[in-house]
Amino acid sequence: MADAGEKDVDAVAGAGAGAGGAAVPALEARGFTLSWDEGEHIVVEDVSLTLGAGEVVCLVGRSGCGKTTILHALSGLTTPLRGRVLLHGTDVTGQPGHVSYMLQKDLLLPNKRIVDNVCLPLVLAGMPAADARAKAEPLFERFGLAGTERMWPSELSGGMRQRAAFLRTYLMGNDVTLLDEPFSALDALTRTDMRSWYCQMSRELGMATLAITHDVDEAVTMADRIYVLQGDPRAGVPSRVEAELAVPRPSDGTSPADFALTPAFLDCKRKVLELLG
Amino acid sequence: MATEPTGEKDGASQVGTPAEVRPTEAQPTAGHAGQEDRSSRRKAALRRAKRRRVVVPLLTAAVIIGVWQAVVAFGIVPNFLLPSPVQVVYALVADASLLAMHSVATLTEAALGLVIGTAVGFVVAVLMDRFETVSLALDPIVTVSQTIPTVAIAPLLVLWFGYGLAPKVVLVVISTFFPITVSLVSGFRSVDPDLIDLMRTMNATRWQIFWKVKLPAALDQFFSGLRISATYAIVGAVIAEWLGGFSGLGVYMTRVRKSFAYDRMFAVIILISVLSLALMGLVDWLQRIAMPWKRAERKEGR
Ligand SMILES: Nc1ncnc2c1ncn2[C@@H]1O[C@H](COP(=O)(O)OP(=O)(O)O)[C@@H](O)[C@H]1O
Ligand SMILES: [Mg+2]
Repeated sequence: MADAGEKDVDAVAGAGAGAGGAAVPALEARGFTLSWDEGEHIVVEDVSLTLGAGEVVCLVGRSGCGKTTILHALSGLTTPLRGRVLLHGTDVTGQPGHVSYMLQKDLLLPNKRIVDNVCLPLVLAGMPAADARAKAEPLFERFGLAGTERMWPSELSGGMRQRAAFLRTYLMGNDVTLLDEPFSALDALTRTDMRSWYCQMSRELGMATLAITHDVDEAVTMADRIYVLQGDPRAGVPSRVEAELAVPRPSDGTSPADFALTPAFLDCKRKVLELLG
Repeated sequence: MATEPTGEKDGASQVGTPAEVRPTEAQPTAGHAGQEDRSSRRKAALRRAKRRRVVVPLLTAAVIIGVWQAVVAFGIVPNFLLPSPVQVVYALVADASLLAMHSVATLTEAALGLVIGTAVGFVVAVLMDRFETVSLALDPIVTVSQTIPTVAIAPLLVLWFGYGLAPKVVLVVISTFFPITVSLVSGFRSVDPDLIDLMRTMNATRWQIFWKVKLPAALDQFFSGLRISATYAIVGAVIAEWLGGFSGLGVYMTRVRKSFAYDRMFAVIILISVLSLALMGLVDWLQRIAMPWKRAERKEGR
């Protein structure tokens, strides 16, 4: 446990350097203007984001302001009207398959057992099923999924399904992960547990994560930095990045629950809430 | 007379006491015994419901057969028009080997036609799903083909293909591919588009998306279609045999009709519906084999 704590600090320090601009960001959205209908309605306008190596960044905004739309473009599922996606400085605009993207639903295939569901990215990449299972099975413990290997998705609780989706996302094997409201389908207690579990795990595994949330508490708890997205595309006002905030990290040994009561946390939360207006 | 009021009072107090006692009595045991008791009671209720589901239809069938037998026995309908159930059973037994031989012929045509029809329906559905032009082109034709009554084209098929196996199989194919195509196309369309997006983020090829996501998602509807097609297959084969042939239940039917053997007519009708039911049962069994995850889902749903 102490080991993990030290790694935490290293990862944050590394991320700071990445965000500082000296290093090339792991992922960058440069000047995104996005639309679902070839520009008839603009959802977001001139949005630029960076994600440093090993960093956890949250994108907060009201429901419908275009957060999912931004992740779709970053993942390459859609091509921006204007703007580019840079992965370690390489242009991958409109090319899926370079980043691990966990969509808003867990999207487990009902006809595959959990182990085969999480192995899917490996099998799709051409790995024989037996090898894929051998690679995935040792990870079940760490992802809190021990004993579920042979179960069907319908036999799992929402939290466990979400864990399976996390493991599948991890097995996509990219160093950049996009999460769309990863905890919003869970009850409050499970959500808190899963959130701290994810933060610790992602830092241990050195994954850079860009997570969407509309929960300000969640953003301040998880993130190293927060982007606040503001606008109302449905009323014809495209969303823009209103602000970028650095989040204070808890000092070593402070539990997430205690950290949530510190002035630094509350101050950051108040700032975000004010920006969201 | 004098005892009655006291009896009533007794009854009232009997109702009253357990209700008053129950809370204090139940509290210590509520943790275990209460729950077990409730769950075993619920299980018993489930068992009773299951039994009802078997018993009630069986009773209905028994009543219908009884009434039928009575109607004939009391001469309400003359026997030469309506054979009694007992006579029908006799006919089934008497012609058993002949019926078996004809059944094999009909089942062969039906099975062959159903397999080809399913294959054709599958290919058409996949093409319609894959290419929008194909979908636009075939949609009306597929629909119109279903408005043509089978009995009307059967004689043409006999003209074109003769009295052998071919016209029967063709007719079965024509009448079975449609439910397959329709159910598959709508099954393919029922796929969650987010699942396809997920597959794309994993660099899945179109082929992989089809096999891993679209086809499994369409299986449920496919089997509903196959169930319908299975019954169409037997009926289609029989109709084709009616209009010309050397063997099969349809041929047997035309022969016994010509000799006014109504008991045998009924016997073959019952045999045909039994065969259809058996084929549907086979489809259900195939579905259980092909979709093992459905059982887990049903259990969770309860
Ligand atoms: N797949 C889609 N096709 C068309 N329009 C979409 C799609 N997804 C989202 N939109 C539109 O884009 C806007 C922003 O939605 P979204 O990005 O999902 O918001 P958020 O994730 O912030 O709640 C909404 O007006 C929505 O209607
Ligand atoms: Mg969204």
